[in-house]
Amino acid sequence: MDISPGIFLAGIVASAAPLVLAALGETLTEKAGVINLSLDGAILLSAMTGFVVAARTGSPAVGFISAAGTGMLVALILVVVSIYLGQSQVAVGFALTFLCRDLAYFLGAPFARTAGPQLSIVPVPILSDLPVIGPLFFQHSLIVYTSFAAIPLLWFFMYRTPQGLILRCVGENPEGCWARGIRPRKIQTMYTLLGGALIGLSGAAFSLAIKPGWGRPQGCEGMGWIALALVIFGGWHPLRVAFGAYLFGFLQMGGILLQDVFPAIPAPIFQVAPFPLMIFTLVLVHLGRNNTGRKRLLLRLLSGDPPDALGKNYRQA
Amino acid sequence: MKSNSIYFRAGSATLQSIPILVLAAASVSLFLFALDFSPFAIIRAMAAGSLTSWLKFSQLLSIWVPLLLCSCGLLFTFKAGLWNIGIEGQVVMGAIAATTILRLNPTSLPPVFTIIVAMLAACVGGSLWGLLVGILKNRGGVNEIFGGLGLNFVAQGIILYLIFGPWKRAGIASMSGTDIFARDLWLPMPVGWRVAPAALVTAVCAFALTWLLLSHTRFGLRVKAVGLNPEVSRLFHINPDRYGLFAIMVGGALAGLAGGLQVTGVYHRLIPAISSGYGYLGLLVVMLANYKSLPVPLITLFFAWLAAGSIQLPIMLQIDSSLSGVIQGACVLSALLVHGLRKQRKG
Repeated sequence: MDISPGIFLAGIVASAAPLVLAALGETLTEKAGVINLSLDGAILLSAMTGFVVAARTGSPAVGFISAAGTGMLVALILVVVSIYLGQSQVAVGFALTFLCRDLAYFLGAPFARTAGPQLSIVPVPILSDLPVIGPLFFQHSLIVYTSFAAIPLLWFFMYRTPQGLILRCVGENPEGCWARGIRPRKIQTMYTLLGGALIGLSGAAFSLAIKPGWGRPQGCEGMGWIALALVIFGGWHPLRVAFGAYLFGFLQMGGILLQDVFPAIPAPIFQVAPFPLMIFTLVLVHLGRNNTGRKRLLLRLLSGDPPDALGKNYRQA
Repeated sequence: MKSNSIYFRAGSATLQSIPILVLAAASVSLFLFALDFSPFAIIRAMAAGSLTSWLKFSQLLSIWVPLLLCSCGLLFTFKAGLWNIGIEGQVVMGAIAATTILRLNPTSLPPVFTIIVAMLAACVGGSLWGLLVGILKNRGGVNEIFGGLGLNFVAQGIILYLIFGPWKRAGIASMSGTDIFARDLWLPMPVGWRVAPAALVTAVCAFALTWLLLSHTRFGLRVKAVGLNPEVSRLFHINPDRYGLFAIMVGGALAGLAGGLQVTGVYHRLIPAISSGYGYLGLLVVMLANYKSLPVPLITLFFAWLAAGSIQLPIMLQIDSSLSGVIQGACVLSALLVHGLRKQRKG
């Protein structure tokens, strides 16, 4: 198979865009101390909503907005039943995953394999003519540019602004925040909804740009679980999470190429490679926690602890 | 005395579940009315598709068997306070272990013996895959949800590798699975049945054993103690890590057995989607049962009815079969909502 390296890399960058959005949305949610396990179903449901609305209105933009709304609605149910009614976040998220998945297939069945709009490629003037970098970064659709922008923006917001500090504090120590006059539940609700919106955008990015169309299967099944795993792999840090998403994209695309190099190994092996890697990283992080000395620097680069209050509902007095 | 009797508890549990059923039925019906479907026609079609003949009902039971086995396995892990999301991987590894034995097919031994050994291998396969999750949690500090999730993908990779690699069908490898086993390695099935009687008996025995172990033995009590409060159980010289491992290994063995039975009893070969999502569905079942054992056979039967009945919907009413999943999800979400509201009222 002959593919020029430029096109290959541009393909990875584009196909990883929805994964970047979903994983960043989940990072935001989990940093505030909430696990949104509904990811996989929510992506599928918003992919369906985005596609159907865009097909009906003829406008992909309206499709993206309605998909983000769908993601927020799912997040809202999670927030109400878990944070406000005290049910396990894992349980609610899990039930929502399956409800949303089947709801998407059920409601989307009449629209399966119908024609619909799709985001066009918008090259950035001047920049897209640059050699190598041009095709790699500046000849994509708008949602891919959004995924580029989201990475540094989210990092800056989380680590360089006062609001970001509050967000991280709520995830680590909600009682402490309450004592300092911050309402943990309000903050958690806000960021879970915002994360839900990003997850929704990721769904529409699949059905309107990366894997255009709707059907059963759509092609984005399982991506939510992967995004969830990427958040852990990336140690709850937006830059590393995004790196993980591109690594996954590389391994997925690479599987097609590497198959020519190693014909004995079936392609699916390359696609599951990130997962043992993820588990291995987590074990390394755990084992290295008490060690001292030179090992520590390498581990610090790899490691990342989950927010302390992750998954625990804060019971407001 | 009376308030402790099993009948009294069953009665009060039934009463408590009425609001859940009403809420789930009302929300699904409203949803269907809004889409201009008649819930009554749907129920009639689903009953016609699954209850009108023994052939159809035995089809329903063939879904009930793996679902009940997975749910039983999950009862152990939930009681120990673990979220065994890795159950899908355990089903897959059980199926792979069983296939390994069946492919060897030592002709010198009677086939019944080979099948029994294959089923034991399935238990061991699922159990070891569960053990891996447990060790990762205890020794590696990897939360069982994340470890299990990762291992599910790994198991999926292994099964695809085997089907497309060493075990590929003579000629061309395909998603339709490995070669079909010799006929004497199939679980025997009477004419007019869709479920192997041996599989049915296994599932019923597994449930009886689960219930006995969990509610009538010291082992069950210790598992529950670990789940309720690991710190206090330590004071009673119960090692929470060790009992967590026991629970996940028993759970994995039951999940693996489900995978093994799917291989010998249903598909007669190894296919990529061998778990059919029964592991994940089992999680919903046990959540709906509010983590108790006794409602599980009924709920699994209900879920199996929804799954079997909905297969007919596209043909009879042009309704997508994913409706069954919508109803199952709505039931669990209603249960969580009702439990939450009750908790809120108690303060």
